[in-house]
Amino acid sequence: MSGNWTRFNIVSIVLGFAFLYLPIVLLVVFSFNESRLVTVWGGFSTKWYVSLFNNQGLMDAAWVTIRVGFISATVATVLGTLAALALTRYTRFRGRILFSGMVFAPLVMPEVITGLSLLLLFVAIGLDRGFFTVTLAHITFSMCFVAVVVQSRLMTFDRSLEEAAMDLGAPPVKTFFQITLPVILPAIVSGWMLAFTLSLDDLVIASFTSGPGATTLPMKIYSQVRLGVTPEINAACTLLIAIVAVGVIIASVANKRREVQRARDEQAAQRG
Amino acid sequence: MKSLGSIRRSFAPWNDPDARPYIAFENVTKRFGDFTAVNNLSLSIYEREFFALLGASGCGKSTLLRMLAGFDEPTSGRILLDGQDLRGIPPYRRPVNMMFQSYALFPHMTVEQNIAFGLKQEGMPKPEIETRVADMLKLVKLTQFAKRKPHQLSGGQRQRVALARSVAKRPKVLLLDEPLGALDKKLREETQFELMDLQQSLGLTFVIVTHDQEEAMTMADRIAILDKGEVMQVATPAEVYEAPGSRYVASFVGNVNMLEGTVAERTENRARITGASGAEIVVENAGDAAAGNTVAFAIRPEKIKVSSRPPAEGTANVMEGEIYDLAYLGDMTVYHVRLADGQVLKASALNSSRITEDPLSWNDRAWVSFAPDAGVVLTR
Repeated sequence: MSGNWTRFNIVSIVLGFAFLYLPIVLLVVFSFNESRLVTVWGGFSTKWYVSLFNNQGLMDAAWVTIRVGFISATVATVLGTLAALALTRYTRFRGRILFSGMVFAPLVMPEVITGLSLLLLFVAIGLDRGFFTVTLAHITFSMCFVAVVVQSRLMTFDRSLEEAAMDLGAPPVKTFFQITLPVILPAIVSGWMLAFTLSLDDLVIASFTSGPGATTLPMKIYSQVRLGVTPEINAACTLLIAIVAVGVIIASVANKRREVQRARDEQAAQRG
Repeated sequence: MKSLGSIRRSFAPWNDPDARPYIAFENVTKRFGDFTAVNNLSLSIYEREFFALLGASGCGKSTLLRMLAGFDEPTSGRILLDGQDLRGIPPYRRPVNMMFQSYALFPHMTVEQNIAFGLKQEGMPKPEIETRVADMLKLVKLTQFAKRKPHQLSGGQRQRVALARSVAKRPKVLLLDEPLGALDKKLREETQFELMDLQQSLGLTFVIVTHDQEEAMTMADRIAILDKGEVMQVATPAEVYEAPGSRYVASFVGNVNMLEGTVAERTENRARITGASGAEIVVENAGDAAAGNTVAFAIRPEKIKVSSRPPAEGTANVMEGEIYDLAYLGDMTVYHVRLADGQVLKASALNSSRITEDPLSWNDRAWVSFAPDAGVVLTR
């Protein structure tokens, strides 16, 4: 290991990480800036965090974002899981290739187009834009991400588990809820988290499909930045980063632990 | 108490014309698209029988099992279980249980919960489930592993959980799909005998699918040898080995020498066969071979005698050759003897004494001989 620490390697790593994290570090540092000027350091202070929590507009937007994210991720997970099941299980139905292409097309569709077409649709059917429409739009585009995640898990799912359950007397529906669902649950949960994150940081589609009273946090931040970056925004972003980082760290630590435990169990079982 | 041997010896319902088959395949055909997996197959299996479906991969044996379990329906023909037509009955309502090749243990459940799964579906009261699960754990000697998850078990232990789970419901028929395929050789041999004991003590009908002829010979009461979706022969292990019905069966089960030839003369039970080598052999049990037929004479290596001196005058079926190759295996020695026409005969001799007086070696002249009833004449 130590032999690999050549000068070239060290330089590459430092540059690479600097490229990735320097902007974020700057943002975090300046969120603790005493000065009102974003680029001039005026000493340490947490006053922007206090004023952030007193900024009703930002807090409302955050609350809208969380609600939209929660509802859209949940509905998208149900729909995406159903789509994944249909695509992996009923491999011979008519139009399967068309269907699977249509489910996955939104993955590569430019967001502007998705947003614009949804806007046109909502206008055409006379739906008032607001909380409901932005939620609907988020369901639409995050559903296919869930479908991809769940489908890849279902590909490796051992069908004989379901056959065994049926053989032991469980009808299909019971088999699904007692065997299939618990086994693919980790994939469904990560699909939900992916959908939630996508909804949280979406700006483009939300700006097309949202209306008055349903401003999401990214939209709010964007509109405020146009009037000039305030340290308050820096503070809001720092909080977002902290929340995401804690979530990711907890998830990966738990995952790693489970893997290590599993490997240890398997070894022990092979020995004994 | 009656010993296992005497029960097995007297158990032969297939010879009883009044016995009713417990499982009957009647002209069953199964097609997957253009591929015919099972072709107009009929087969009877009797109650409490240990029945083996033996064949190479793709012979249709697993398809038969899956049709019995209800995962596939026959394209035509019907399957009867205890007189009842199984068509249209879904797997979860059939009184059969299956042990899967991959074991198919539920990864998110403990050993206990895996075994209890089938009983819960039946709606069995909780205390009864607990007793039954405890019994099953004891039967497969896994009591102290009850709370473990499948990934915390070794391969052999997983196999036993799968077995316990599939017999927990006391099914009328237990289907075993290559049940020992994933175990190493030593464990496999132990488990074979355990399975036989289990079948006897529970009094169940076992249908096992295997590609391992030794496994089928060891465990089964009768073996069906399948090839390309058709039954080649159904018989007891001894019959399959000693009286194979066709060239395919003879060469599929065990080692065999095939001497191709033509029937020169046929009298009552005897036949004189002239081989391509010009050698002439006289055999009994000529079966349905008539004069002029092209036949194969199949003889097992252990029934051929090899000696370094010509046998006594008047011994039937003597051929001369040289030792082409030999393998000393400890309990026996296998000789490959090359005859005058170049055909190599395999012969094996039991090493019943520690020192052989007259050991044969490479390139030695040798004489092979066999009794007229030592082999069978095959027309198919």
